Amino acid sequence: MIRILLQRLLELIPTALVIVAASFALVRLAPGSPFSSEREIPPEVRQKLEAKYGFDKPLPEQFIRYLGNLLRGDLGLSTKYPQRTVNEIIANGFPVTLSLAAIALLWSLLVGITAGIIGAIRQNTVWDHVAMTAALVGISVPSFVLGPLLVLTVSLRLHLLPPAGWGDWQHVVLPGLTLGTIYAASIARLTRGGMLEVVRSDFIRTARAKGLSESLIVWRHMLRGGLLPVVSYLGPAVASMLTGSVVVEKIFNVPGIGPYFVDAAFNRDYFLVMGIVLLYAFFLLLMNLVVDVVYGFLDPRVDVS
Amino acid sequence: MNNNQQKTSSRNGTDESDLILGTSLWEDAWKRLRKNNMALASGVILLCLAVLCLLGPVLLGVFLGYDAHTQNLIYGPQPPSIQHPFGTDFYGRDLLTRVLIGAQVSLSVGFLAAMVAAFIGTIYGAVSSYSGGLVDSLMMRIVDILYALPYMFLVIILVTILGKSLLLLFLALGAVGWLLTARVVRGQVMSLKEQDFVLAARSLGTTSRSIIFRHLIPNTLGPVIVTFTLTVPSMILQEAFLSFLGLGVQPPQPSLGSLINDGANQMLVFWWTLVFPGSIMAIMLFALNFLGDGIRDALDPRMKT
Repeated sequence: MIRILLQRLLELIPTALVIVAASFALVRLAPGSPFSSEREIPPEVRQKLEAKYGFDKPLPEQFIRYLGNLLRGDLGLSTKYPQRTVNEIIANGFPVTLSLAAIALLWSLLVGITAGIIGAIRQNTVWDHVAMTAALVGISVPSFVLGPLLVLTVSLRLHLLPPAGWGDWQHVVLPGLTLGTIYAASIARLTRGGMLEVVRSDFIRTARAKGLSESLIVWRHMLRGGLLPVVSYLGPAVASMLTGSVVVEKIFNVPGIGPYFVDAAFNRDYFLVMGIVLLYAFFLLLMNLVVDVVYGFLDPRVDVS
Repeated sequence: MNNNQQKTSSRNGTDESDLILGTSLWEDAWKRLRKNNMALASGVILLCLAVLCLLGPVLLGVFLGYDAHTQNLIYGPQPPSIQHPFGTDFYGRDLLTRVLIGAQVSLSVGFLAAMVAAFIGTIYGAVSSYSGGLVDSLMMRIVDILYALPYMFLVIILVTILGKSLLLLFLALGAVGWLLTARVVRGQVMSLKEQDFVLAARSLGTTSRSIIFRHLIPNTLGPVIVTFTLTVPSMILQEAFLSFLGLGVQPPQPSLGSLINDGANQMLVFWWTLVFPGSIMAIMLFALNFLGDGIRDALDPRMKT
């Protein structure tokens, strides 16, 4: 197991290298520069600034230098916030974004799997129809509609939860709900579909023939089949939760990394953009690896290596 | 040459061989779709919405003199009334007109972006799969790497590079959104290319290009359409996501995303500025998802969940 994991990790290295090169090219070949602001900067100052960040060197040399720094874990300096390094900005914002995504993930798994199970074991009953229509509604109400509506009703009219901010558990509920609902809906559909796929298979019939109790069949055997599509969906889901939190962070004024990214992309804050993109990309690669391994656990027929 | 693909004939060929076949894939699918009342209702709703979006603003302009841009600050925001069913916005503009134009923008960006994605993805997937071997592994490796990049962030970078114009917006969305189609088409072509009609075409001396475009791609049309119908709502969602962040359609041009953003900022006092654009957005996505599900079930009953 550990050998397979190490092997998979080694395989990630060339992919990671290509990702670094591609995002470097994309960010650096874009027109504009971090210093082209409304105010005209005197040429001498500009020269000094470019020297400070190393932008005066030829691009290939800059790339090698960036790679070297990256290996040492140094993501460079921000040009928009000259007093701060990219590492500092990420260290401040990313844990917030990550915990928001974690809450959303928990919520979506809890609600989604429950609804999916209900839909599957009560197939074509009222329960099923209600659960699946609710799921389709959930998919159709985007976070930027749901979020403000929740603020309007729960916070501003009913005064149950704070409308914005970050700090204690009360601040987490609404953003987590807003971010997670759309995934809960997808997970419900996937769970139901996955369970119905195995419901007529031989091993379920065998389990029934053995005289296993219905609840044991559902929990031990059917759910396993139902969770397979959910597990493979988790990789892309976590990815889009992390990027989707940009909007949720804006609505609820959460001090995550999202607003920085939008800002940085516009100001051509090269190192900050690169830093955030790479952070997310590596997180995704790792996430997909974990998903593959978990998949192997759930379905012994899948060859993880 | 079409005789070679009688069995899987999926193009509405004009030659007689198609007529002898009896029910084609399309007739069969249409029959199934007709039985799906919810999907049909969604289709009708979408059609009405599209007609309303096209004619509504024109009629409102001709008969009542409303337009989406002229501000009337003295009039200001008015709650819904008979003159203004959706009320007016902060600048005294008729909200119904603006929502309809916004929905028009959303629908067209959604369809065009999904078309760009389907176009790139189909050709990429077919070429990759047909070439096989090293070319195939390399091309699919690229898709894997692009999958690992945070999608929304890539679009944001592209938008900042290309500029905030409507035309470039759907290009940016489509340029990043073709990955799923490419994978689906590749999977289809993998099995198609081993079939006899391809061998026959090749032995007749048909060029690779002609085999890909005339024989393979037309046979993948079913799955491509399924992917397309499910891509449209996600493209609409992403356009609104960008506009909500102020990166998409620029004022004074309305878009559902930016209208929702405006509404969210003033929802406590002028609730209608959030509720109406938000509901139209939700209804549109709901209908698109439902219709997409219906089309998927109709074209590929095995995929039905």
